[in-house]
Amino acid sequence: MGIEGVGARVARKEDKRFITGAGRYVDDMVVPGMKHAAFVRSPYAHAQIKKIDVKAAQAMPGVIGVLTGKEIKADGIGNLICGWMIHSKDGTPMKMGAWSPLAFDKVRYVGDAVAIVVADTKGQARDAAEAVEVTYKELKSVTDASKAMNKGAPQIHPEAENNLIFDWDIGNADETEAAFKKAAHVVEMDIVNNRLVPNAMEPRAALGHYDKAEDHYTCWTTSQNPHVARLVMSAFYNVAPENKLRVIAPDVGGGFGSKIYIYPEEIVCLWASKKTGVPVKWVADRTESFLTDAHGRDHHSHCAMAFDKDYKILGFKVETKANLGAYMSLFSSATPTYLYATLLSGQYDIPAIHANVKAIYTNTAPVDAYRGAGRPEAAFNVERMLEVSARKFGISPAELRRRNFITSFPHQTPVIMNYDAGDFGASLDAAMKAADYDGFEKRRQKAKKAGKLRGIGFSCYIEACGIAPSAAVGSLGSGVGLWESAEVRVNAVGTIEVLTGSHSHGQGHETTFAQLVAQRLGVPIDQVSIVHGDTDKVQMGMGTYGSRSGAVGMSALSKALDKVEAKARKIAAHLMEADESDIVIENGACKVAGTDKNVPWFQVALAAYTAHNLPGGMEPGLKETAFYDPANFTFPAGCYICEVEVDPETGQTQVIQFVAADDFGNIINPMIVEGQVHGGVAQGIGQALLEGAHYDDSGQLLTASYMDYTMPRADDLPSFQVSTTSTPSPSNPLGLKGCGEAGAIGSPPAVINAITDAIGTEDITMPATPQKVWAALRASARN
Amino acid sequence: MSEVSLVVNGRRVGGTVEDRTLLVHFLREHVGLTGTHVGCDTSQCGACVVHVDGKAVKSCTMLAAQASGSTVVTIEGLADGAELHPVQAAFKEHHGLQCGFCTPGMIMTATDMIRRHPEGLDEATVREELEGNICRCTGYHNIVKAILAASKTMARSKGKAASKAKKAA
Ligand code: FES
Ligand code: FES
Repeated sequence: MGIEGVGARVARKEDKRFITGAGRYVDDMVVPGMKHAAFVRSPYAHAQIKKIDVKAAQAMPGVIGVLTGKEIKADGIGNLICGWMIHSKDGTPMKMGAWSPLAFDKVRYVGDAVAIVVADTKGQARDAAEAVEVTYKELKSVTDASKAMNKGAPQIHPEAENNLIFDWDIGNADETEAAFKKAAHVVEMDIVNNRLVPNAMEPRAALGHYDKAEDHYTCWTTSQNPHVARLVMSAFYNVAPENKLRVIAPDVGGGFGSKIYIYPEEIVCLWASKKTGVPVKWVADRTESFLTDAHGRDHHSHCAMAFDKDYKILGFKVETKANLGAYMSLFSSATPTYLYATLLSGQYDIPAIHANVKAIYTNTAPVDAYRGAGRPEAAFNVERMLEVSARKFGISPAELRRRNFITSFPHQTPVIMNYDAGDFGASLDAAMKAADYDGFEKRRQKAKKAGKLRGIGFSCYIEACGIAPSAAVGSLGSGVGLWESAEVRVNAVGTIEVLTGSHSHGQGHETTFAQLVAQRLGVPIDQVSIVHGDTDKVQMGMGTYGSRSGAVGMSALSKALDKVEAKARKIAAHLMEADESDIVIENGACKVAGTDKNVPWFQVALAAYTAHNLPGGMEPGLKETAFYDPANFTFPAGCYICEVEVDPETGQTQVIQFVAADDFGNIINPMIVEGQVHGGVAQGIGQALLEGAHYDDSGQLLTASYMDYTMPRADDLPSFQVSTTSTPSPSNPLGLKGCGEAGAIGSPPAVINAITDAIGTEDITMPATPQKVWAALRASARN
Repeated sequence: MSEVSLVVNGRRVGGTVEDRTLLVHFLREHVGLTGTHVGCDTSQCGACVVHVDGKAVKSCTMLAAQASGSTVVTIEGLADGAELHPVQAAFKEHHGLQCGFCTPGMIMTATDMIRRHPEGLDEATVREELEGNICRCTGYHNIVKAILAASKTMARSKGKAASKAKKAA
């Protein structure tokens, strides 16, 4: 590795603008003539819209227009869709209800958009939104997925009887039953995965601009995948044909999944811009974000694991109810199915698995992928089961895991995935060493003397990332392919632009992608610019989610670089009258191997563009494009160990140490990878200890601000001990596996395993607040 | 409507604003300094922290009218020309930011924190002092590291300046 190449801890190129306040987020954009929007939202969880009176609002100062669902329907703007088709076990397609960008007949959750007000200032738009009079007839509502399936529960969409969207199966039921029949031990448990709000610090925003002269739309939006946004807005929502719609996702302040989806607001702002003749900007306030960003998790599962007499796992049975909220968000059906149940084998050799998932409508915000997306729910189920079983059997949790680890690869699980590489024992060893596991009992005793309860918990997670081979996801119901594209433009004097379909909203692509170019061509990263997030500049791409930018996006870049290098070699060979096969590219020059003959990189580039002396028949220029479709998912895996101390007087849990040993395959920039793990772990600890979205019985979100929803803060967390082991992925040319979600996937079970170890109970539901821990301690003292 | 006049990053700015205009909105929309961010509606996230008369303030908790007559420094005014402030440099060096949205507020809070602790900082104090700033990306690990490092660098350069002054005297 060079000092800026692959594997180097390079400080980020993009930081300069962020630390000086020069970042450009959607809310920072100003377009001449721009006006401001506010949405009128439903205060009811479930109601019929009887009448909307906009007269008073229209007469308010500064108001330019008030538009409603009737008008958007009349203009032929389409309903929002879910882009992943799931079939129920009886073969019927999922039952998707209609989601109009502005509700016109019925509202189905608190926050459902009903009208948009456009005014000179944001304040005026909000004042006028208050003055829009909507007459509702309130209907009975339901927020709990189990209750929503009961006979007589409020029917949310006519399409989905008993609110059941699909009833889906994976694995082999008969074989799993047979495994349970011959089991020596069976462990069963109900497991809840709490509902979370992603809470990227930048609220969602959209700026829609219709240019009448060109009959062309531009949308600045907080998106993780602007091309997908353009495709969907064009093909399904009829906003404009793709060639008449430019989507720009500039600097985006975090996404964590919540900015994958195309929400009503960006569609409505574009449409409203044409209707009102002014550019329209909307920025969510935090409460709007809580109410309307897609939430995450919200699974209720029953798990049963069968073991033989030597504690080898024979089978695993899981039944899950997934709350999808009031409408099916863009990838909501994939999250509790193919991103979840396919990982139920964990790191273990389990011969038989069967899972059933019921997806259910409720009168709550739509639920979709949030950092980890399905995989945290799978890891939580598997790792809670392993820990609880080990305690029941009286063997060490590490030993039970080791006894069941998959040790040879490739390994075909009973739930689709084919693990291609890994060394689970190595990460377990590394984590135990880093956590000084052997010294734990001493620490526990010492804490006890001080009146504190110490506990330690493991989590050996695996995830499937990179998503994924397009043909595979297509066969599983995905409406899109999941490849990625890259274009490498070498300029005439040798500087380079990389145009990528991946999108960076904190991941540091401007640095890591440049590092790969530096590694390959030997040019400094300062001479490499990464361009992303603009559909007018960058060819079609699929965006960033599922820890895919490295494994898929950089693999596309690698392929494009192959082509650039091949052409550069031909030119250099021609210039030096050498044999093409003798040319090597290193340190910024094309060299004849084994000699001191070389042509500097910029001269090769210049030769390509002057075209005065190129090999016969060669086209001028040095610019190549590649589309890369991966051969398989990648399988990051690792072992996390959490040590906590509980104060029995207050129920307060303190995380004393958190150790992460991850196998991400090869790594481009360890500093950035560690940062991804830190952030993911913080979110996972947040889920386990602090965070939870709560609706009351009438469907009001009780946790709709930072006063009510507990975000992890600096003093809730320790510094983390992060390290890596490596088995390179054989499924992409760079051997990368991806690191964006691991922290959030692996950490919650480690924390809960540690707390239950400390307080000696089998379970505690997340978030394990002081009140819950205290109550659990009281209850077990009584028994 | 209110008349406001204040000095922002060394430049006098002013105008007539709606009475309800918050300092953060005045800075972003009237002065065009968009480095100061809005991350919440309840004064909890700290994305909006600026310095008012030398002290860290959440600019979403202050009316523009209240700030009239004050001297305000925002993230855009922290660096000394092309030279980054030591806290900015430390955030870059220690990877104390990812998406960058919380970063201006974090940096403004951190510089104020370091100023208020001339005796130096330890990890627990930094974590406690960051109570009013939320970051969703970094897990705070590298933010804490960056602030500790900056506090050391600044103490060192202060020490150097002091000993230079002593020698000169
Ligand atoms: S915007 Fe000021 S504290 Fe959140
Ligand atoms: S860097 Fe993204 S919120 Fe802090």
